[in-house]
Amino acid sequence: MAAHRLPPSLNRLLLAVKYASFRTICCAVHPSAQYSTVYSPNETTFDKILIANRGEIACRVMKTCHKMGIQTVAVHSDVDSSAVHVKMANEAVCVGPAPTSKSYLNMDAIMDAVRVTGAQAVHPGYGFLSENKEFAKRLAAEGVAFIGPDTHAIQAMGDKIESKLIAKAAKVNTIPGYDGVVKTADEAVKISQDIGYPVMIKASAGGGGKGMRISWNDEETREGFRFSSQEAASSFGDDRLLIEKFIDNPRHIEIQVLADRHGNALWLNERECSIQRRNQKVVEEAPSTFLDPVTRRAMGEQAVLLAKAVQYSSAGTVEFLVDSKKNFFFLEMNTRLQVEHPITECITGLDLVEQMIRVAKGYQLQHKQKDIPINGWAIESRVYAEDPYKSFGLPSIGRLSQYQEPLNLSNVRVDSGIEEGSDISIYYDPMISKLVTYGATRAEALARMEDALDNYVIRGVTHNIPLLREIITHPRFISGDISTNFLPEVYPDGFKGHQLEEDQRRELLATAAALYITAQLRSQKVLGNLRVFSTPVECSHWELCVELDEGRLSVEVTKSGNVYTVEVDGGKVEVSGQWNLASPLLPLTINGTHRMLQCLSRDASGKIVLQYLGTAFKVRVLSKLAAELNSYMPEKVPEDTSSLLRSPMPGTVVAVSVKPGDTVAEGQEICVIEAMKMQNSLTAARQAKVKSVHCKPGETVGEGDLLVELE
Amino acid sequence: MAAFTLARRSGGLINGLRTSFRSLTPGKYGAVAAAMPPANCRWNSVGHLSVKERIDEKRKMALCGGGQQRIDAQHKKGKLTARERLDLLLDPESFVESDMFVEHRCSDFGMEQDRNKFPGDSVVTGRGRINGRLVYVFSQDFTVFGGSLSGAHAQKICKIMDQAMMVGAPVIGLNDSGGARIQEGVDSLAGYADIFLRNVMASGVVPQISLIMGPCAGGAVYSPALTDFTFMVKDTSYLFITGPDVVKSVTNEDVTQEELGGAKTHTTVSGVAHHAFEDDVEALLNVREFFNFLPLSNQDAAPIRECHDSSDRIVHSLDTIVPFETTKAYDMLDIVKAVADEGDFFEIMPNYAKNIVVGFARMNGRTVGIVGNQPKVASGCLDINSSVKGARFVRFCDAFNIPIITFVDVPGFLPGTAQEYGGIIRHGAKLLYAFAEATVPKITIITRKAYGGAYDVMSSKHLRGDVNYAWPTAEVAVMGAKGAVQIIFRGKENQAEAEAEYVEKFANPFPAALRGFVDDIIEPSTTRKRICRDLEVLASKKQINPWKKHANIPL
Repeated sequence: MAAHRLPPSLNRLLLAVKYASFRTICCAVHPSAQYSTVYSPNETTFDKILIANRGEIACRVMKTCHKMGIQTVAVHSDVDSSAVHVKMANEAVCVGPAPTSKSYLNMDAIMDAVRVTGAQAVHPGYGFLSENKEFAKRLAAEGVAFIGPDTHAIQAMGDKIESKLIAKAAKVNTIPGYDGVVKTADEAVKISQDIGYPVMIKASAGGGGKGMRISWNDEETREGFRFSSQEAASSFGDDRLLIEKFIDNPRHIEIQVLADRHGNALWLNERECSIQRRNQKVVEEAPSTFLDPVTRRAMGEQAVLLAKAVQYSSAGTVEFLVDSKKNFFFLEMNTRLQVEHPITECITGLDLVEQMIRVAKGYQLQHKQKDIPINGWAIESRVYAEDPYKSFGLPSIGRLSQYQEPLNLSNVRVDSGIEEGSDISIYYDPMISKLVTYGATRAEALARMEDALDNYVIRGVTHNIPLLREIITHPRFISGDISTNFLPEVYPDGFKGHQLEEDQRRELLATAAALYITAQLRSQKVLGNLRVFSTPVECSHWELCVELDEGRLSVEVTKSGNVYTVEVDGGKVEVSGQWNLASPLLPLTINGTHRMLQCLSRDASGKIVLQYLGTAFKVRVLSKLAAELNSYMPEKVPEDTSSLLRSPMPGTVVAVSVKPGDTVAEGQEICVIEAMKMQNSLTAARQAKVKSVHCKPGETVGEGDLLVELE
Repeated sequence: MAAFTLARRSGGLINGLRTSFRSLTPGKYGAVAAAMPPANCRWNSVGHLSVKERIDEKRKMALCGGGQQRIDAQHKKGKLTARERLDLLLDPESFVESDMFVEHRCSDFGMEQDRNKFPGDSVVTGRGRINGRLVYVFSQDFTVFGGSLSGAHAQKICKIMDQAMMVGAPVIGLNDSGGARIQEGVDSLAGYADIFLRNVMASGVVPQISLIMGPCAGGAVYSPALTDFTFMVKDTSYLFITGPDVVKSVTNEDVTQEELGGAKTHTTVSGVAHHAFEDDVEALLNVREFFNFLPLSNQDAAPIRECHDSSDRIVHSLDTIVPFETTKAYDMLDIVKAVADEGDFFEIMPNYAKNIVVGFARMNGRTVGIVGNQPKVASGCLDINSSVKGARFVRFCDAFNIPIITFVDVPGFLPGTAQEYGGIIRHGAKLLYAFAEATVPKITIITRKAYGGAYDVMSSKHLRGDVNYAWPTAEVAVMGAKGAVQIIFRGKENQAEAEAEYVEKFANPFPAALRGFVDDIIEPSTTRKRICRDLEVLASKKQINPWKKHANIPL
C-alpha cells in the first residue's frame, strides 16, 4: 500500500532535501514538484522582504523568498556580521550590538532598516518580535506588510489569559485555572491552593516554555513566582503571570492552522511535541501516533474555530494538552511560524512560508480541507549546543571547528543557520539545527533519523546528539508510549548516555583496538628515500589491553587487509572499513552490520574517544606491555569539588544569595546564572559554611569557573 | 605479577645475548675489549664454563639493576625502572644494549666491595628503533646508587652519543639520577663535562631529547639544558641547580621541590622544559609520537609520513575565523589545527609565553614547524619570553631541515619598563636573527595584524621568506590606526576622519601586496592547499649562508 504512494512523497522529499541544502538556487526547484497547485509564478508578490530574525529560521524564510524570486534583507547584530543568514540575504543591515534587546528586539533600528532598504514586507520568524503587537502596529502604520496575523489576533492570542477566555467563548476545551493577572507571591499561593496542586506558573506574555514553572507546593509556588516573573520581564519585557491546573502525564499535540484574510481557515494536521525537557521541545513528529481520525478532526475543527474567532490570518499553531483518555485541552495559540513547522511541510507538501507570504499579500488560500493529506511520517530532532548529561541539556558555547550535516542521506532535511567555523555564543539560542527525516512509515523515518544522527559531524561544542539518539531508539518512544514527562520518567537519575549491551561493548572495544593498530601501523610508514634504513615491526597479530570506564580487557587483534578480527571478552568481532585516520566519520562493517562511528579524538597515549550509537565513549588502548607497566602509575587524585561551586555553563551571574561566613543548608540557593535567556538556580550540595565568593551579579562567567567556595 | 616480572627478565636476557654477539666485533671502545678474554686465557679448560656462568650471572645481575627491593621502591613512587622505560619507548625487541658489563672503578669508601658493584652501573645504554627508525638511548637507573653519575656511567653515555653522531641518529636520554657519585669525586665531574661536550658537539647534528623522569639536580641539569627538547613527568621529576635545603640556607627561602623545580614550574614559569606529561607511561608514549616528527640528523630531510588527509582540502571555517573587530581575539590554535594534517599538532611549550605558539605538525605528511602569534594571549604581542621561545624553535627547525610555517597576527613588541630593563632589544633580536638566518623553506601567512618591527621579524619577505601570503583581513602597517593618526595628524581636529583615511589606506593587505612584500592575497579557506603545494616545490630549495666559523646570535 505504501509502495504506490511513494513516488509523489519522494518527489516532495526531494524538494525538502533541496531546501535544506544551503545556497540552493531557486530555479532549480521545479514548481510542479510541489504539492497540488501551490506555486503560481504569475501571481505577483512582494519585491523585497526583510527578515527580522537570525539563525536557521532567517535562512529558512530566505530560501522560500529566493524560490519565489523575492529579494531578501537580513538584519543582524554586530557579532552576527558574518553569519549564514547575512551571507544568504541580498542585503544586510546591522541593527545593533550582540544583546538581543539592543539588536534583534530593537524595533527602532529594525524599522530604520525597513525604511532604508525599502522592504515591502517583514517576516518575523519565531521568537524576537514575531508575536509583538507593537511591532506589527508600527509596520502597519508605515504601510509595510507584517507576514503574520493581524495585530488584534496577536494581541488576543499573545496574552495567555485573554486567549483562554476567547477559546472558552469559542467552545474550545480549556484547562481549569485562574483567568487573571497574579500580582504577588502570596496571591499566587492562594490561587494555587484554590486550583489544587500541581499547578503551572507561566509568563502571561510568553511561549516556548520560557518563564514557565511547575509547582507542587506553596514553597515552590513562591520560588516559581519569583523566577517566572524575572524571566518574563527579561525575555518579554512583561512580568505578568498566570496560574493553571497542571495536567499530569499529558501529551503535547498541536494543530497547525493556516488562514487567509478572506475568512478561510484550514487545519494542516497535528504535530506531537511531547518529548520535552524543562518545557522545551526536543523531538517532534507528524503525525502523532496517539490520535485517531476522530480526535484529530475534533482538534483540527476546534483549532479552526479559534482561528476564525480571532479573524486569524497566516500560519499559526494551536497547542493542546491531550490526556491519556484523549481528552484535549487548549493550551495556547502561537501566532507565528513554529520552530517545528518542517514536519508539517513534509507530510502535507505545503511550503508554509510561501503560504504566509501569499496570505500577507492578500491572496486566498489555494487549498480546501480535503486537499490536506497526511503523507508518510516526519520526525524532527532539535540539535542543540548543550550538554545533555546536565539536566537533559545545559547550554554550551564554542566554535564549530568541524561541521558536516548528513545531507548525503536521502529524505533528510537540515534547517540550520550556522556553518563550519560559526560561533555558538551566549547571546542567542543554542540551537545548532533542526534535523528532519522523512519516510513512508514511522519506522522508516526513525531508521533514517538514526543514520542521520550517526552521520552528523559536530566538533567544537558539546551537543545533544547522544540524548536525541537514545530517545528515538528507546522502546517507549518507538511504541509511541510518550508524554511530556518522558525524559524524567525514562531517566530518573538524569541522562547518562547510551548503556552498552554486552555485544555492543565488544563492538566498541574491537573498533578502538583496530583503530589503534591502524594508527600504529601508519606511524611506521615513512616515505621518501631514507639515508638510514627503517625496520618496521612486521606483525599481523597483536595483544592489547583496552580500558573502558573502570573495566580492563585483554584483546587479541589479527589483521588481514582492511579486516581486523578482534577477540575480546570471549567473543570474536570482525571489523572492516577504509580506516581513514583523517576522516571524522568511520564507516565500518562490524560483524556484517554497517555502522557509522565517529572518532572524536585520538592521542599518543592510546586514548581514543569514539562516538558509537550516539554516545561518546572514552577508551584507552595500550599494548599488553604498556598496560602492565601502567598499573604502577599513580592514580592522580582529582581536586575535591564538593566544596567548590563551579558554573555548569557559560552565562551571566544574575544574583548571588550568599556572602562569606553564611551557613547554607543542602539545596539552598547560592546564586543564579542566566544563560541563553534561562535562569538557573545553583544550590549547595551539602550543608556548609561559605568560605569565599568569587563572582558578583552582572559578571560573565565561563563553564567551570569557580563561583563560590564552601568550607 | 611475579610471572610478569619473570617474563620481563627473560625477555631482557634474550636482548642481552643478542647484544653480546654484536659486540664481539672488534670495537675501539675499552669496555668491549675488556669483555673479551685475553688470548692466553684458559678457554678450553673448566674455567671456560665458569666464565660462561659468570657471563650469565653478570647479565642476570645487570637486568636486576639495584635489586628487587629497590625496583619495588621505584614502582611505589609511581616510577618505572630504567629498563621498563626503554621497553616502552622502543619498538618491541629492538633494543640492543651496550656496556652491560661496565662497572664503576671507584675504590674509596668501600665502593670496591663486591656488594657495591653492579654490572652496567647506574645507567642502561644502547640503541633501538622507534616505529622502525634508529635511535640511541640511555636510561639512568635510579635503583643503582640513586642513578648517580660515576665515571663509568658517563663513559657509557658518551659512547652511545659518539656513535649516534657518527651514524647520524637522534639521542634520547631518560634522566633519573640523584646527581654526581660523590664517592668518585672529580671523576664524576669529569664525566658530566664529557657529556656536556658531546651535547654541544651533537647540537645541530642529531636531535637530542631529554625526558626527565626523576630527580636531575646540580650540574646534571646542564645536559638536558643543552639538548634540543626537555620533557618532564608531572609530580615525579625535578630539575634544579640547588635543592630546597641549600636554597633555604643561602637565601632563606622556603620552597618545596615541586615549587622549585617541578614540571609545572619549568613548563609555565622558567621555560626550561618544553612539555610535561602525566606519568611515565604517557611520557614515553608521547616521546615516541614526538620522535616521528623529527629527521634522524641534519643530513636528512624532514620525514614524510603516509597521510590520509587530502592536501587540497578546503577549510571553510577559516574564512570566518578572524573577527571583524580588529580588537577581538581568536585562537591561533584553531587555525593551526584546521590547516595541519588531521588536526594533529604537537605543541612545544604550550604553557609558557603563550602569546606565541610553536610546535610540529605535518602538511601532506611532511613535518613542518609552526610558529604563530596567539591573539588570545596578550594580543599576540612579542615580548622577551615569546621571542626566546620562538627563536629557539626556529633554529631547531632550521638546523634539521624542517620547513617553517609562520602565522602572523602581531600588534608589535610589548612596551614597558619591565620589558626594556629585561632586555627586549637583545631578546627580540634573537627571533629576528633566527628567522633571518634560516635557510629552510619559509612560508608566512599574515592573518591580521603585522605591525611595526614585529612585522619584519615574523618571517617577512625581507628576511628571505620564500612564500608570503596575506589573508584579506591582513593589515601591514607601522602601527594601528589610532596611534598613527595621533602622530601624523597631531593637533588636527578631525581625528576620526583621519583615522578612517588611515584605515582605508593601510588597514588592508594592499600596501604590502602592491610592493610585492606579500606574494598573494589568498582566501583563508585555501591556505592548506597553498601551503602543501608550495612545500612540494620548496622541497628542493637550496640556500647557503656565507661561510663563518659560527654565527654570533645575540645571546
